[in-house]
Amino acid sequence: MKRVFPILAILTAGLLSYALYEALIAAPTEQTMGDVQRIFYYHVPSAWTAFILFFVNFFASIVYLIRRNTKADIVALVTAEVGVIFCTVVLVTGPIWARPVWGIWWTWDLRLTLTLVLWLIYVSYLVLRRFSSSGQTPLLAAVLAVFGALDVPLVYFSIWFFRTQHPQPVIGGGGSIDPRMLHVLLINWLAFSCFAALVCWSRYRLEVLRREVDETLALEALLEPRSSQTRSSQTKTSQTGRAG
Amino acid sequence: MSTVAGLTRATLAKDLRLEWRSKDAINSMLFFSLLVVVIFSFSFDPTAEESRRIAGGLVWVAFLFAAVVALNQTWARELRNQVLDAYRVSPAPPNALFLAKVMGNFIFVTVLQALMTPLFIVFYNLRALGPAYQLPIVAALGTWALVVNGTFFAAMSLRTRSREIMLPLLLFPISIPALLAMVEATGAILTGEFSAKFWIVLLAAYDVVFTIASLLLFGFVLQAE
Repeated sequence: MKRVFPILAILTAGLLSYALYEALIAAPTEQTMGDVQRIFYYHVPSAWTAFILFFVNFFASIVYLIRRNTKADIVALVTAEVGVIFCTVVLVTGPIWARPVWGIWWTWDLRLTLTLVLWLIYVSYLVLRRFSSSGQTPLLAAVLAVFGALDVPLVYFSIWFFRTQHPQPVIGGGGSIDPRMLHVLLINWLAFSCFAALVCWSRYRLEVLRREVDETLALEALLEPRSSQTRSSQTKTSQTGRAG
Repeated sequence: MSTVAGLTRATLAKDLRLEWRSKDAINSMLFFSLLVVVIFSFSFDPTAEESRRIAGGLVWVAFLFAAVVALNQTWARELRNQVLDAYRVSPAPPNALFLAKVMGNFIFVTVLQALMTPLFIVFYNLRALGPAYQLPIVAALGTWALVVNGTFFAAMSLRTRSREIMLPLLLFPISIPALLAMVEATGAILTGEFSAKFWIVLLAAYDVVFTIASLLLFGFVLQAE
């Protein structure tokens, strides 16, 4: 597995640079919107990636609730963190595009609001993880993730009742898209997904290491009072423990 | 089933008796929402026409913040003298405790609403132009939506540091569709411009979904170590 990581890293770097070239230079300029439309190649792939990550988070949370599997908990944590980052990218690039095209920064449109609410839910998820005491964090977080997932359809229907200003889905929604543009979009999405997977993976390994260190430190703290006179040697072991 | 009903009744009766004697929750909620009403009233100073349009938002923001005050106190009482730990080791089903707490909070917030509604009418010159009989339905469904999730998240935030801050942070994002529905339904009834049916159905769906989810998951939260 360890050999796969650098391969994935190199692949991601190559894909990202190719996707950047495709999006900024190779893709045809949109007729009415001009170059500002190119933000689409970052906005939409980030959104798809974020939604996939949130879906993985929901799935991992369910697995944790049923099996109490630590790995599932770490996956949930990691996907939520990276998902919030990608969701932030979506929420930032959206208004930058909307200002010249729609003439407004923000509107309470269906998909905008849904993305914002998802972002809020997952930020509160991360806040909960930060604030709860360590032993109960995974369980509480998993429960909140289930609540958040149940909320999504309700948010959808509540905002669906308002008028929708967002461009209709260009893929599979009856809209037409230049095949060249679609190609660039999919390349960008692939690159972003690989990048997200890479970040999640390294964050996963970091979290595993961090928990191991915490466990070692806790064990040492348990052993410490018994030999308080040999504290200097204990500090030495805890230092080596931290390094390992 | 009878044990669940019996335990729920016993816990609810205990909570109501405690509240009747201390009046902690209702007093703080009442004063809090009174402040919100007064501050909003003189910072906006709306005409009758305007206030009809914004009243839905004002009323529910006031009740939401007031409900958080009460919800934060629900479980704090059980932490003193390790009552909650005693409950956990007893064979009593967790859902009986949860249901009793939800019903208790529902009663407190409903009493609050009954007391505050005249004040709202006085300060904002309110008169419903739509079908007024729908207002109690919206109030009941909306209060249940706030209280069922609020009680659940209050139990969750017991297990965190700085729990008083945690509750709104967890409750508000999840409650967004319910809040939107309450505000829109109230606005629709007050202005009489459009029908509130869709929002009432949405609120009912929200209540059903989250009541079931809370009942299924409350055991986990209560037993969390």
